[in-house]
Amino acid sequence: MANVHQYEVVVVGAGGAGLMAGLYASKTAKTAVISKLYPTRSHTGAAQGGIGAALGNLEDDSPEWHTYDTVKGSDYLGDQDAIEFMCAAAPDVVYELEHMGLPFNRTPDGKIAQRRFGGHTNNETGKPVTRACYAADRTGHMILQTLYQQCIKNNVTFYDEFHVLDFITVNGAAAGVVALELATGELHIFHAKAVIFATGGHGRVWEITSNAYAYTGDGVAITLRRGIPAEDMEFFQFHPTGIYRMGILITEGVRGEGGVLLNDKGERFMDRYAPTVKDLASRDVVSRAMYLEMKAGRGIGGKRYLHLDITPETVNKYAALDGRVRPDGSPYTVTGEEILKKLPDIIDFCKTYLGVDPVSQPMPVQPTAHYAMGGIPTNVRTEIVIDENNTVMPGAYAAGEVACVSVHGANRLGTNSLLDIVVFGKEAGINAAEFARGASFQPLPDDAADFTRQQLDALRNGSGKERAADIAREMKEVMFDHVGVFRIEEGMQQALEKVRELKQRFKEVRVEDQGSRFNTELLNTWELSNLLDLAEVTAASALARKESRGAHARDDFQERDDKNWMKHTLAWLKDGDVELRYKPVTLTKYEPKKRVY
Amino acid sequence: MQVTIDVFRFDPEKDQKPHFDQFVVEAEPVDRVLDLLEKIKDYHDGSLTFRRSCAHGVCGSDAMRINGVNRLACKVLVQDVGTRIKVEPILGLKVKRDLIVDMEPFFDHYKSVLPYFINDEAPPEKERLQSPEARERFDDTTKCILCAACTTSCPSFWSDSAYVGPAAIVNAHRFIFDDRDQGAAQRLEILNQQMGVWRCRTAFNCTEACPRDIHITQAIAEVKKAITSGKLD
Ligand SMILES: Cc1cc2nc3c(=O)[nH]c(=O)nc-3n(C[C@H](O)[C@H](O)[C@H](O)COP(=O)(O)OP(=O)(O)OC[C@H]3O[C@@H](n4cnc5c(N)ncnc54)[C@H](O)[C@@H]3O)c2cc1C
Ligand code: FES
Repeated sequence: MANVHQYEVVVVGAGGAGLMAGLYASKTAKTAVISKLYPTRSHTGAAQGGIGAALGNLEDDSPEWHTYDTVKGSDYLGDQDAIEFMCAAAPDVVYELEHMGLPFNRTPDGKIAQRRFGGHTNNETGKPVTRACYAADRTGHMILQTLYQQCIKNNVTFYDEFHVLDFITVNGAAAGVVALELATGELHIFHAKAVIFATGGHGRVWEITSNAYAYTGDGVAITLRRGIPAEDMEFFQFHPTGIYRMGILITEGVRGEGGVLLNDKGERFMDRYAPTVKDLASRDVVSRAMYLEMKAGRGIGGKRYLHLDITPETVNKYAALDGRVRPDGSPYTVTGEEILKKLPDIIDFCKTYLGVDPVSQPMPVQPTAHYAMGGIPTNVRTEIVIDENNTVMPGAYAAGEVACVSVHGANRLGTNSLLDIVVFGKEAGINAAEFARGASFQPLPDDAADFTRQQLDALRNGSGKERAADIAREMKEVMFDHVGVFRIEEGMQQALEKVRELKQRFKEVRVEDQGSRFNTELLNTWELSNLLDLAEVTAASALARKESRGAHARDDFQERDDKNWMKHTLAWLKDGDVELRYKPVTLTKYEPKKRVY
Repeated sequence: MQVTIDVFRFDPEKDQKPHFDQFVVEAEPVDRVLDLLEKIKDYHDGSLTFRRSCAHGVCGSDAMRINGVNRLACKVLVQDVGTRIKVEPILGLKVKRDLIVDMEPFFDHYKSVLPYFINDEAPPEKERLQSPEARERFDDTTKCILCAACTTSCPSFWSDSAYVGPAAIVNAHRFIFDDRDQGAAQRLEILNQQMGVWRCRTAFNCTEACPRDIHITQAIAEVKKAITSGKLD
């Protein structure tokens, strides 16, 4: 029998969303936060550029503009009630982070500093607006540290290096989770009234990615196996600027500070694709433009990368051409020193991994798999909803990148994920604790850990004819080539077939390590099974959607089709097949328009 | 090119004592040492055990001794260390398996210095104001990723693991010199104790080891000065 623990609320994941949820839930309910990584290792710590909130510290701005930009950025697939809620909550939640001690950069008069980011505009002029609140280029690091510090201060209970492998549901309601303790290999059952999933994304499906090794989609895979659908999985964001071949992210803040993208001829090609905001168009738009430039042979030296240039000469030249001015009306110029101060980590990454100093040389970049717009379907209260009628599963919650509320729709704007994790992490904590107050524990089934054991035994007892690493590599390649920035029918079909073949071959994998302590081979292999499930659901959802919208761009259906496709995809994994159903987008007052930047 | 890599191995479930395993792997000069460890785990020996996540030096998972010095495996390239590489766990914390050490004592030291914002006054409606200069005062120590490379390179910590260690002091510094915070006196009192800052013998190993280039020795000196002078200038 596994070890059994009982908590009113269990939070799975200790990134920004999980810590915020843990902080709030534990104010009123007995709560545990379970994480496969030490909390401060979570991927929130990698976020660089900023968190979006219309504080208006440097120029006019309003939450309504933020809302509209987010709706437009989502290519009208975002649920407008949720977007309104998030953008209205943004200023207060950013002030709350500041009150917790978060060391934001400051304006000369001591307020939180803000910078420009793609897709965030002054709705009257259409020009970029300074909305991203930042702490140098380590905003996510400071959010993660600050929230963890607050958890220490408030004695939040953690189970660090406990890997959750299954979700226990009884009578159609949440009843807990099963986790493996890394240090011992033992299974633990966490019996709970409410469970919050905050497990982050799954960029490791793709070959080139900005995402951590730990980004294996565990939350979505676990809930899929328990009959809960995954929403809008075809929408995965490719960030325009990853370090060539490595995928390490170069924040959009670089372009916010005046950096520009250049092709092999030294042209600032974004002029042609987004005449008003140019390099600060939405990510899907920029990634596609880059892809087209490279396809036309204008990659650097004909290769599959372009230059991102933040050298003062280039920045000052284009700022003058654009007529960019500072808040006081003086012309916008930068020095090498200022760049170093504002983007120290980016400069360090480039020096370390490329031997390139961005203050004097351009950076080689290519689009990199970055962010999951799709995930576990929830309503605006972060309750998990399990069908096209938005039926709530009692006691089940999800928040952060793992969830699909949906505030990002078909394409997320930069700075809106850090906002999402704190706003909806907090909601989840409050709502789960409130639910727990009024609910009793579901009875725990005797065989609660059986399904987990079966999964692990299968990995230990495979024939060994196949190697996990080969399967992972083949999946990543086919997904990057065919379910990437641009898609067509045949390619996606090929990817889907390939992933299905890989899933069959995966059954022949055998974990060599028979030990129990820190058996990372076992867990990495289990994570691969998650990635394969998510790749299948992604390819199937993408194949079915016969239009182009946001991050889902098809060569064979190049236009957005609101008549037939302004709806969310719900995908179930059933008996080795993907079943697709659809649900409407929630509209408030924003009518779909053509998206131009 | 080919790289020969000797890796420290110890599995308390089956080994009496530690040993080294040697692997020869194909590598590019720009490969990270972490890439090599991954390759070994994928294709040579699945039981090789280490922590990692972000793979670009920001999560603090993979501090280890690489050719005798504390580094993040994901931030050291083959071209930086050559084709003979020796990888060992960081020193001064109990080895749990291969390159994984027990991080609990490290986090306990961290937690002991009140590493969180303290200010009991009701906050204003908007942000607390802070000048750019005041913000700059503690900028360096906000970069810490708690990887333990500094603490486990410190001779004082090796000789007595009760010493709070440089990482804890760095995180105390981050709050002591934040003019919005009101907990400096409490923290300085903690660090003035026997196992606090005075254990530091200014060996500079910590500063050398820090993958975030934090000026740790200087931060410790500033904390010492604040204790002796009673002032936070
Ligand atoms: C390089 C980079 C830069 C970014 N920059 C920005 C930016 O500037 N602005 C912005 O808004 N967004 C940015 N993003 C996106 C944003 O950082 C993430 O979407 C967000 O931080 C995700 O937070 P989270 O809390 O959902 O997940 P995470 O912070 O990743 O946390 C996931 C948690 O779940 C745990 N976990 C996962 N699986 C399990 C399991 N099976 N069992 C137990 N625990 C588990 C992990 O241990 C971890 O604690 C960036 C992303 C990247 C990769
Ligand atoms: S893996 Fe994150 S610091 Fe090296």
